[in-house]
Amino acid sequence: MRQLLLFVSIIFVGLLFIFRLFYLQIYTSNEHDLFEDNAIRKVYDYPKRGFIYDRNGKLLVANQPSYDVMVIPREVKPLDTLEFCSLLKIDKERFINTYDKARHYSPRLPSVFLSHLSKEDYAALQEKMRKFEGFYIQKRSLRHYQTTIGANVLGDIGEVNTNDLKKDSYYRMGDLKGKQGVEASYEEILRGVKGIKFIQKDRFNRNIGPYKEGTFDTIPEQGKDITITIDAKLQEYGELLMQNKRGGVIAIEPASGEILAMVSAPTYDPNILVGRGRSKNFTELFKDSVAKPLFNRSLQGVYEPGSPFKLMNALIGLQEGVITPNETVTCYAGYKYGNRFMKCHCYIGKRNNLVSGIQESCNAYFATTYRKILDKNGNASTGIDTWSKHAKSFGLGDYLGYDLKVGRPGRIPDRNYYKRVYPKTFYSTYTISNAIGQGEVATTPIQLANMVAAIANRGYYYTPHIIKSIEGETLPEQFTKAKHTTIDKAHFEPVIEGMLQVYKKGTAASLQVKDIEICGKTGTVENFVTIDSLKTQLTDHSIFVAFAPKNDPKIAIAVFVENGYWGSRFAGKIASLMIEKHIKDTITRKDLEEWILRHSLENEYAKPYSEEPFRINKHTKLQLVDDSEYKRLKRHLKISQNQ
Amino acid sequence: MVRDTNKHYKFDWITIILFLLLVGFGWLNILSASHTEGHIDYFTFSEPYGKQSIFILLTFCIIIVILGIEAKFYERFSSVIYIVSILFLVGLFIFGKNVNGATSWYAIGSMTLQPSEFAKTATALAVAKHISDLNTNINSFKDQIQTFVIIIIPALLVLLQNDTGSTIVYGAFFFVLYREGLPKYYLSIGVSVIILSVLALKFGPLASSIIASIFILSYYYINRKKMTLFQSLFVLLLSIGLSYGIKLFYDSILKPHQQDRISLWLRLEDDPVKLEEMKRTFAYNLNESEKAISSGGFKGKGFLEGTRTTGKFVPEQHTDYIFSTVGEEWGFLGSSFVVILFILLLLRILHLAELQKSQFSRVYGYGVASIIFIHFLINIGMVMGLIPTIGIPLPLFSYGGSGLWAFTILIFIFIKLDSNKINEW
Repeated sequence: MRQLLLFVSIIFVGLLFIFRLFYLQIYTSNEHDLFEDNAIRKVYDYPKRGFIYDRNGKLLVANQPSYDVMVIPREVKPLDTLEFCSLLKIDKERFINTYDKARHYSPRLPSVFLSHLSKEDYAALQEKMRKFEGFYIQKRSLRHYQTTIGANVLGDIGEVNTNDLKKDSYYRMGDLKGKQGVEASYEEILRGVKGIKFIQKDRFNRNIGPYKEGTFDTIPEQGKDITITIDAKLQEYGELLMQNKRGGVIAIEPASGEILAMVSAPTYDPNILVGRGRSKNFTELFKDSVAKPLFNRSLQGVYEPGSPFKLMNALIGLQEGVITPNETVTCYAGYKYGNRFMKCHCYIGKRNNLVSGIQESCNAYFATTYRKILDKNGNASTGIDTWSKHAKSFGLGDYLGYDLKVGRPGRIPDRNYYKRVYPKTFYSTYTISNAIGQGEVATTPIQLANMVAAIANRGYYYTPHIIKSIEGETLPEQFTKAKHTTIDKAHFEPVIEGMLQVYKKGTAASLQVKDIEICGKTGTVENFVTIDSLKTQLTDHSIFVAFAPKNDPKIAIAVFVENGYWGSRFAGKIASLMIEKHIKDTITRKDLEEWILRHSLENEYAKPYSEEPFRINKHTKLQLVDDSEYKRLKRHLKISQNQ
Repeated sequence: MVRDTNKHYKFDWITIILFLLLVGFGWLNILSASHTEGHIDYFTFSEPYGKQSIFILLTFCIIIVILGIEAKFYERFSSVIYIVSILFLVGLFIFGKNVNGATSWYAIGSMTLQPSEFAKTATALAVAKHISDLNTNINSFKDQIQTFVIIIIPALLVLLQNDTGSTIVYGAFFFVLYREGLPKYYLSIGVSVIILSVLALKFGPLASSIIASIFILSYYYINRKKMTLFQSLFVLLLSIGLSYGIKLFYDSILKPHQQDRISLWLRLEDDPVKLEEMKRTFAYNLNESEKAISSGGFKGKGFLEGTRTTGKFVPEQHTDYIFSTVGEEWGFLGSSFVVILFILLLLRILHLAELQKSQFSRVYGYGVASIIFIHFLINIGMVMGLIPTIGIPLPLFSYGGSGLWAFTILIFIFIKLDSNKINEW
């Protein structure tokens, strides 16, 4: 039996080893994955990000090189922090904070230590870089804006955050990604596809050559250039006119749905979000909760549309056959319903038909029309659903489906919406303010501009979009296929005639442009804010919508100027100037232009924050910009004209 | 009756083929673990795999010499060989070269020689000679002591040279002595001490004392006739003393790096922060080695394709950690193959040893199997994290001339003895 001890031990150890091998190599082993294998360094090769051009081929956004200092905490050896900090121009505290943050993220993955070195700092640092083990310099490509306009259109790129990293495995820490505007919408087209190189490392983390002679490496795919529908000149002019005001301007080409200009005021110079100042400047923009420069008012601003919505009611009335163009309604300087009264600025006894109703913006006329629509079948509940359906066919009340990331649905109420407030009885008078575009109706400037475009096209529209062409690709069908409204073509002519009369003799008569027949509609919208839990009325918003020329519409435009008082006071002027700019390319009415540049609404905007009682509307005074600001605007105007 | 057969057929070709397979496969893995970029120069002194090629070529000269010498020579001159090798070990204290903390090498120009490797063979011969002496009775205490002294001298010398691994190898002779009639209580005591030590370290001396008490007392109640109460109480006290003694030994006498190794082996540390710290420091090799083996999966990444081997992630991979290369590049299939080759070699030698007519050959054969077995157990066990880190090479596989030659001599003397068994009576 003594012979057996060694024999049994050998067999036992052999089986134990094979069992252990099974455990290590089969039970707990994963398939060999190059991305997981930390013996393989993955080096990314970033492609050129696509350029952005305007509709006339003017280059708006290009690239510029930038240098980031990267750190792999695990590989950092004790270093002369004093020298390092002075080279990077940072203090020691920041060094420690950033380093701790990087180590917290991952000791073995690279993190950005300091981004966007200037060329001079880069040159100085590069020579000494070998002294600082664990740190290296990564070249990146930054955006280079060829213009100072269109921040809300072009957007910006910034480092991916942890959320992006979780959502899309394409991105790695420190990668850049479109954050707003077309940079975000067309991120995948602009960025291209980065290439990857697999490099064999040794245990000291040194590269010892390509893994398997680069068999698995991929070449980067260049980002594609895109052309956007924006007309840089019109955009620039619009932004200039909106200086010292707040609001949004949207101009659309009705025949294609292309967005010609998209102004949101106040705005900022896109260049401030590039490079080292980005973080500081972004924080400043982000924190400004009063002027909200990052808030794209032309897409996200939800306003009651006011009088321009009367056009909608006229169209629905005609379609439903409850009014005819020649039928008249007598205005008693207002409209009496039940024991309430809606005021109107017509004189008592004025008889309005459809055209003059629009021209005079007669509240009584449209209150009557609205009630007729709702009460058509004797049941306002079904009536309002019909009304809602027609309005929604113009793209109101829901997201439009354009190719920018931000937006609001606005609101077109239906019976269901009122269920909570009026669970049982429901009469047309309950919602009478919808007749004049106030109350529950809410739209964004782009929705209103699109509505006007549909009127200009006499019954259909193309989903508004910002993309004109992508290198080597066709546009998606949603932007090239017309969407038809529920209103018959014939019903548009009387409404358009009314809009023309608004311009010729009505509320926009002061906005004449030689040889251009503008069809427009002014709007003056009451609005309220809550100050110290008190609902407080502010000066009315100034709204104007229009298209021109009447018979061959080239531009449909919606202008919202917050607290501009009445429609033609600010919005109308700006719209008419932009129409002229777009159609004629020169401005003949220098006085009008001068007036807009000269006047500011900043004092109006300051009122709710003044903590003092204030008065609105007819008690406000126009504010002039100071001379230096005026000179700056003039200089700006001159530069833009010379381009 | 001497059969007139071809002289070569007297050698045991199965052992020789297993030997060649291990050396050949070993060399492929040394190549993988040590080659750098591009061109492979098979006979170069600048790369380990090139040197190993030369060592292997010289091995064949050694084999011819070993097999050429008369078999009786080894028995007759075993004492001389033993004394010479002891002198070489002693000489290290004067002329030795210090590598990695161990003074185990003679440096002759650029060549180094490690006498401790050869001392194992010499000791095996001396032990075989002593036990097979007609005057020796292993059951007598005096002869046990004499045999222990033969083994202890070289073991102590290598321990003093800081080569703990090689010292432990001398434990292999326990198998030899046990086979030749060492009383059974040595085995019982040995196994009990090992179990008690592990228990004391893993669960604390109190727990191990309690477990031992329960065990001994129940043994006493079941086998009252074999053991008096006094005896069992004595054993009990001894166990308790040992439990606390081991703990004291671990805490006060072991050096920190030895404590670390044991703590890692017995998973004594459960603080994740300290575990991470361990992985970066003394457990780095083991961690990398386990990762490399694990990454091989079932089929392995392929010869010269191991990313961790190519990246030299496992330090000392071509010497003590050569098995991790097998694991990464040849996967479960290749690693099991190597384990099976060793098992076959060991069982073959064991089988041959039992067939020997002369006690000297049998004891020597047992010595050969035991020494290789201990190396195999400790080396592969260590690389896979089953045994605390003890630096000894994998026989025939690891890089190194001294080791390769010493094992060649060890095995081929036995092959020569075996081939001569027909002449024995």
